[in-house]
Amino acid sequence: MRLSILTAALIAAASLGLSAGTASASEGAELKSKHFSFEGVFGTYDKAAAQRGFMVYQQSCSSCHAMSLVAIRNLGDPGAPFYDEEYPNPNENPVIKAIAEMFTVQDGPDDEGDMFERPAKPFDYFPSPFANDQAARASNGGALPPDFSMLVRARPHGPQYIYSLLTSYEDEAPEGVELRDGMSYNSAFAGGQIGMPPPLFDELVEYTDGTHASVEQMSNDVVTFMAWAADPKMETRKRMGWMVLIYLFIFALLMYGSYKAVWKDVEH
Amino acid sequence: MSGYSEYDPKSGFEKWLDARLPIVRLGYDTFIFPTPKNLNYWWTFGGILAVLLMSQLITGIILAMHYVPHVDYAYDSIQHINRDVNFGWMLQPMHAVGASMMFLAVYIHMFRGIYYGSYKSPREVLWIVGVVIYLLMMATGFMGYVLPWGQMSYWGAMVITNLFSAIPLFGEAITNWLWGGFSVDNPTLNRFFSLHFVLPFAILGLVILHVWALHVPGNNNPTGVSVKNVDKDTLPFHPYYTVKDAFAIVVFLMVFAAFVFFMPDALGHPDNYIRANPVVTPPHIVPEWYYLPFYAMLRAVPDKLGGVIVMFGAIAVLFVLPWLDTSKVRSMRYRPLAKLFFFIFVLACIGLGWAGAKSPTDLVFVTGTDAATGEHSGFSFLWFARILTAYYYIFFLAILPILGLVEKPKARPESIEKSVLKPTGEEA
Repeated sequence: MRLSILTAALIAAASLGLSAGTASASEGAELKSKHFSFEGVFGTYDKAAAQRGFMVYQQSCSSCHAMSLVAIRNLGDPGAPFYDEEYPNPNENPVIKAIAEMFTVQDGPDDEGDMFERPAKPFDYFPSPFANDQAARASNGGALPPDFSMLVRARPHGPQYIYSLLTSYEDEAPEGVELRDGMSYNSAFAGGQIGMPPPLFDELVEYTDGTHASVEQMSNDVVTFMAWAADPKMETRKRMGWMVLIYLFIFALLMYGSYKAVWKDVEH
Repeated sequence: MSGYSEYDPKSGFEKWLDARLPIVRLGYDTFIFPTPKNLNYWWTFGGILAVLLMSQLITGIILAMHYVPHVDYAYDSIQHINRDVNFGWMLQPMHAVGASMMFLAVYIHMFRGIYYGSYKSPREVLWIVGVVIYLLMMATGFMGYVLPWGQMSYWGAMVITNLFSAIPLFGEAITNWLWGGFSVDNPTLNRFFSLHFVLPFAILGLVILHVWALHVPGNNNPTGVSVKNVDKDTLPFHPYYTVKDAFAIVVFLMVFAAFVFFMPDALGHPDNYIRANPVVTPPHIVPEWYYLPFYAMLRAVPDKLGGVIVMFGAIAVLFVLPWLDTSKVRSMRYRPLAKLFFFIFVLACIGLGWAGAKSPTDLVFVTGTDAATGEHSGFSFLWFARILTAYYYIFFLAILPILGLVEKPKARPESIEKSVLKPTGEEA
């Protein structure tokens, strides 16, 4: 009895710790429940979805949203959307090289002291659409498009939140809501008024794998891609996690057996 | 047991070394140490904490090799560790989750100490050293949380350092001195990094004192009855408790690993993945879960200075606990009333943690709704926290002193040996 009360107290304390982190924010808006491929202890990134998500990011999101912490080479790392077993070094992966060539980056100074432009290489980081936050705000009606690098992990229930946000735009604001100039109505956004105009339309992106590019499909794909960008080592981490847990479990059994053997003749 | 040594150097080298530096004797006496034979699993958390401290030191030293304590680079350097450094994706969550695990273990360790009266004579100094360790852990954990320079890092540092501005007359000067400027900024981050690096070594030193102070009177035990006969009541720590502790440590490490590998973000706040921004205040500034009970106490008092006093007083009261508890009976196993109040105390601490995570105006339960405005009325977390804070203090300042005088304890076993013998009918 004594033990069970304390145990219950501990579980309560632990779950309190869990809820403390997620309790805040996102209030006032209902999130859609959606399961993603990367959730759960066995979850991995759906590579096809992440590749499509990269297309969505590139053709739509990246005109406003930076992803400054991710390098182009990262797309070819193990666990990444364009990983190819034949090319363990992503800098040699032809897909990664081709992606890099789509970007132009500023380099320099050269021997004359001038900055110059050149095609990007896999080691370059994703170029940001704006020179600085002020320029980004000036082009977006005062709102700052957040950087994508950590966005999924920087919002409570990040994957569900971003999915809901992308799929909850409404053509008309509900009655009694006065939309401010340049704002759109989005029922998943706190307060309902969001500076970002609806970013996705049916068939906005022409998927090369033939998938129908509905708003829901593109949202699912881009969230998968963003989740990878925010947690690129997740698959490595979970794989290692299972090995560690199995190792510790066997170790615990050995220790329990040793404990019983050592204490065999002691009444306690 | 201090000064008592059973070490008998066998080889010539051991004898030679023992006459010059008796370090093998030190190790021998530390581990071949008479320990009550009836310790339960609540006694394994000391060993668990020692392992966690080592884990924090090792991961921390490696992280410090890659971390940059500068407001412009701190956030990026943590990202660099997680994205580019070999095994950085494992070390950084191990260190962050490890801090939570240390607090989880230390809270269990402290509740165990209170329940079994481990702070009572002759273990007062052992307990006080422990409280100092806990205090340093709080400071170290807080400064460590500032280092990633996310939104919660920055605003948490702002809230906590601002507490010192409540001190009359010198408050502002002290706060500016702590900041090294007129706001939380680069000098603050730099000194926090310096202190976060050095304090764990102070903790390590105090842990050695804690173990030393343990070895003088020896372990308390679940009955609270002192060791009467070393041969009958005790077992050598090694191998009996090294193996039992090892089992508990491995089980605890499984919990630790589950968090590190499968839910590294579960114990943190998503806002801390947003770069620190001095001009954007997060809607709710909340500390890490292990500070929440104290945060609730701070906000329970309408006056700022009063809140600070109540919060720090909650730790200060632990220092004098050995003299507040007037009962001569150590273990609450034999104190039915004290046991009841103790469990209420544990629930009060958890409730305070809950209140700390909520906004004071949130409602614990709703009693009615205003028909006109649709606003709910009910019992707010502010009052919930106030009642629990009052109970926290009453437990230490009134219940424990008075109970010791009025409570009639149950019969205790004559000795540890007697307490562990299974009742086998008439013979027992």
